[in-house]
Amino acid sequence: MLQIADKKYTSRLFTGTGKFSSSQVMREALLASESELVTVALKRVDIEDTQDDILHHINHSHINLLPNTSGVRNAKEAVFAAQLSREALETNWVKLEIHPDPKYLLPDPIETLKATEELVKLGFVVMPYIHADPVLCKRLEEVGVQCVMPLGAPIGSNKGLKTQDFLEIIIDQSNVPVIVDAGIGAPSHAAYAMELGADAVLVNTAIAVSQNPVEMAKAFKMAVAAGRMAFEAKLAPVVHKKAAASSPLTSFLN
Amino acid sequence: MSSFKDVFDTYNWDETLQSIFSKTENDVLRALINTKRDLEDFKALISPAAKPYLEEMAQLSRQLTKKRFGNTIQMYSPMYLSNECQNICTYCGFSMTNKIPRRTLTDAEILKEVAYIKSKGYDHILLVTGEANKIVGVDYINNVLKFIRSQFSNITIEVQPLLQDEYELLIENGLYAVLVYQETYHREEYKKHHPKGKKSNFDFRLDTPDRLGKAGIHKIGLGALFGLEDWRADSFFTALHLKYLQKTYWKTKYSISFPRLRPHSGGLEPKVEMTDPDLVQLICAFRLLDEDVELSMSTRESEVFRNNIVNLGITSISAESKTNPGGYAVAPESLEQFEISDERPTEVITEMLKGNGLDVVWKDWTNNWE
Repeated sequence: MLQIADKKYTSRLFTGTGKFSSSQVMREALLASESELVTVALKRVDIEDTQDDILHHINHSHINLLPNTSGVRNAKEAVFAAQLSREALETNWVKLEIHPDPKYLLPDPIETLKATEELVKLGFVVMPYIHADPVLCKRLEEVGVQCVMPLGAPIGSNKGLKTQDFLEIIIDQSNVPVIVDAGIGAPSHAAYAMELGADAVLVNTAIAVSQNPVEMAKAFKMAVAAGRMAFEAKLAPVVHKKAAASSPLTSFLN
Repeated sequence: MSSFKDVFDTYNWDETLQSIFSKTENDVLRALINTKRDLEDFKALISPAAKPYLEEMAQLSRQLTKKRFGNTIQMYSPMYLSNECQNICTYCGFSMTNKIPRRTLTDAEILKEVAYIKSKGYDHILLVTGEANKIVGVDYINNVLKFIRSQFSNITIEVQPLLQDEYELLIENGLYAVLVYQETYHREEYKKHHPKGKKSNFDFRLDTPDRLGKAGIHKIGLGALFGLEDWRADSFFTALHLKYLQKTYWKTKYSISFPRLRPHSGGLEPKVEMTDPDLVQLICAFRLLDEDVELSMSTRESEVFRNNIVNLGITSISAESKTNPGGYAVAPESLEQFEISDERPTEVITEMLKGNGLDVVWKDWTNNWE
């Protein structure tokens, strides 16, 4: 079972709350996904209002709330947002998203490392959204993150695992769970990430923007479970054309 | 997990050995075809079931080595500084109870040896001592480092296990790498072979690479001394150690050595024999497990074996080594730690390497950045 900090998860599909056509559809899709960790942008909720629409619709006993700092542009703003969130939403978990660029929403590695260091000291469980950068992952591990969340492709692009080679290095090296975040556009992408050994995936746009988000949520649920099962069962290797031995290298042993 | 001991303690020797011996031909085939191999694949590749696939393993090992290291091989030379030792090791010529003349090189003698080694072209050196803290403790080693730093681009030591802050001091003074072989990962057998002296502390030795990793060393060399226990199980634990270290100390490089017991004064017969094909199988299995790890071969092995193994995965070798302090220029006739097998001069070895299409690399580091 997947464990992050002190929480265990049966489902390895994490989801988001953006881009749905209505809160009702969002709620149905998230329930159908059986996701147990759902991220919500702090900037989207009215934390003063206990009846806030989004929060209200994801208020289920099996769903853990993961506030994210989307919208902040640097470490200082991120730390402030996380503290605000901890006070209002009563969770010390935070998905750290720092993207100074409003167009591609690409994460700033330097500010993310700085903010993580500070937030860990303040007792947060930090889940940083980052480029698929293996060195950055190790640096974040050193300052105490509970997992890393490298991107598969630009956020919202649905392009799949464009960063595959780097994701594989990250998975190979990491001592904390690796959650592929951003870019996953189809259940097959999610299954593939799981087959490569990712510990979980986070999917939002591909579900929310599908013609039928509830059915798509189910499809992702099945794909993630299938991918993980395949990883644990160990894939049969791909057979390559056998290279003909030019000259025997071990004949000296005879 | 705070150190390798925590990982190691979750394993059992007999179960590990049984698991290796239960690997089937299918497990071997899968391990050969896989492009990313794990420790279960490694077990299959060192198992008896892989024996019929030795040529395939050799071809793959050669390909992977060429891809990562190119057509090159690095040269290094050992320099024994002292044969003083307060340990009893059943397999070692320097063991405390052996009645041999003891010598520790003075500064002047070191200079003589250095001059000889440098005249042969070497720029990477391996300093070796026994364990005698009052005579060849950290201060002695540190002094030697300061003394020869300007003479060599790359300095490795193979001495007693030290503490983290001691390693930090040595690194500051130009130390690049440390070789620390567990000898055997079989706890009880280890005790039998190291009954006395500081070396009898299995756990302290086991966690030495952790202390090195924490000290920020550039490279750590691992290995087991084959002959003390079953080579397959010892190699599995070496591989487990390697994988743990790579994940924990990711800024450090690693190398593996493959010493087989050699005759020495007061000699010990190997308990478990490791044949030439076994050793080839193991070297190839390490390469198939890890494309990046350096694989090192000393002069313990024979001429024929070394002529061929340089094509199969080895990335660094020594030549013309002397395993006695002062053996090159100061006291060539003194007693050696063990008898080497390949005694050919450096020039003959480099010609052999060139004949194999390999570029001989003498310098691959600069030790004056820090």
